[in-house]
Amino acid sequence: MPTIELDEASVRVPLPGRGEREVLAPTTLTLTERRIGVIGANGSGKSTLARLLNGLVRPTSGRVSVEGRDVVREGAAVRRLVGFCFTDPAAQLVMPTCVEDIELSLRRRVADGTTRRARAMEVLAANGLADHAHDSVHSLSGGQRQLLALAGVLALDPTVVVADEPTTLLDRANTRRVGDTLFGLDQQLVLVTHDLDLAARCDRVLVVDAARVVADGSPSDSIAHYTGLVDR
Amino acid sequence: MTDLMAGLHQPGDTVLHRLPVGAKVLGLAGLSLAIVLVRDVRAAPAFLAVTLLLAALARVPARSVWRAARGVLLIAVVASLLQWWWYGGAKAAETFLDLLSLGLAALALTATTEVNQMVDALARWARPLRVLGIDPDRVGLTVALTIGALPGTIAIARETRDAARARGLDRNPRAYLSPFVIRVVARAHESGDALHARGIGDD
Repeated sequence: MPTIELDEASVRVPLPGRGEREVLAPTTLTLTERRIGVIGANGSGKSTLARLLNGLVRPTSGRVSVEGRDVVREGAAVRRLVGFCFTDPAAQLVMPTCVEDIELSLRRRVADGTTRRARAMEVLAANGLADHAHDSVHSLSGGQRQLLALAGVLALDPTVVVADEPTTLLDRANTRRVGDTLFGLDQQLVLVTHDLDLAARCDRVLVVDAARVVADGSPSDSIAHYTGLVDR
Repeated sequence: MTDLMAGLHQPGDTVLHRLPVGAKVLGLAGLSLAIVLVRDVRAAPAFLAVTLLLAALARVPARSVWRAARGVLLIAVVASLLQWWWYGGAKAAETFLDLLSLGLAALALTATTEVNQMVDALARWARPLRVLGIDPDRVGLTVALTIGALPGTIAIARETRDAARARGLDRNPRAYLSPFVIRVVARAHESGDALHARGIGDD
């Protein structure tokens, strides 16, 4: 599995006229497991931690690297390694039809239009969306949209997939479907989630609370720590 | 959301589908210029017949033709009423038919041309701009994203209007416009992040 390293990485954001707010305290982690879960309350810093991993957020101090590549200095290379799936697929799907959205992902990698179309159709078929290739992205169900967004990420063959609360907007059946797809991936998965059933399927779970990683261990220990925080 | 898809590409293998994008865009430009420049009420039905023929050639479903026509209809009626008031019935009829023809001509292009084909063509045509430091691929992508953003923006407008209504504030423009603008800007940021995460614009 790839190695993700955070070395005293922190993120602070300026507050107009009120100095700065720490959204992630200096954090040191080495992530090598295949399935890594990140749980915590809203606003705790989970998404900031996830966004550090492909350079969507830059560390204010410290360093983040994936496979030895620095997310700031080698941002483009890191983004080729790390695919990112957002909570709301509507923000991620920008083309009118499913096949065109996958083709958008492939634009820089496959120059020839015919080859690009064939590759996009393969990606859709692999994700159970071949029948929707020419459908509008707006006509899909929430679960299908999230699977399409994930397919757009997987089209680029990343070695790591970071998914930031990908099931938050989904019903139970679609949560299971998207969850099964994510846990069936060959890639390393970093899954930010509120769904403790999904977290329990990970190999290692981090608990983030008040901008700090407060627990890091097996799913059962971390989930117990988190529920303790919630019940406190 | 279905009425937002009126101008969506319809897969097919008609003559219009097979035509190169450049020929279609030039054809649309030529036809549009002719519709606008020929100031004769007798020509207007002929132009409408040509555009209906194009829609039929492209095998655009009648429902899509109606939706596209409906979108233009309101503008056409308002513009025609003004023309009728200022210049009389003949001018109003010409304006009404010409606007419908322009809408249908555009539909024939969008129904037979995928956005990605358009992006590829625009990127090709924008290649000379490279000497000015402009990335031709980004030119094409910008147009595609603009087209792609329209349904999402309309959906946000509807949701914001419904939210204002639910709070009994449907007659207060601030209750509608402020959250609408904020949500559109937020969505633009999210889409920017999503494109960035997909590595678009990295090279």
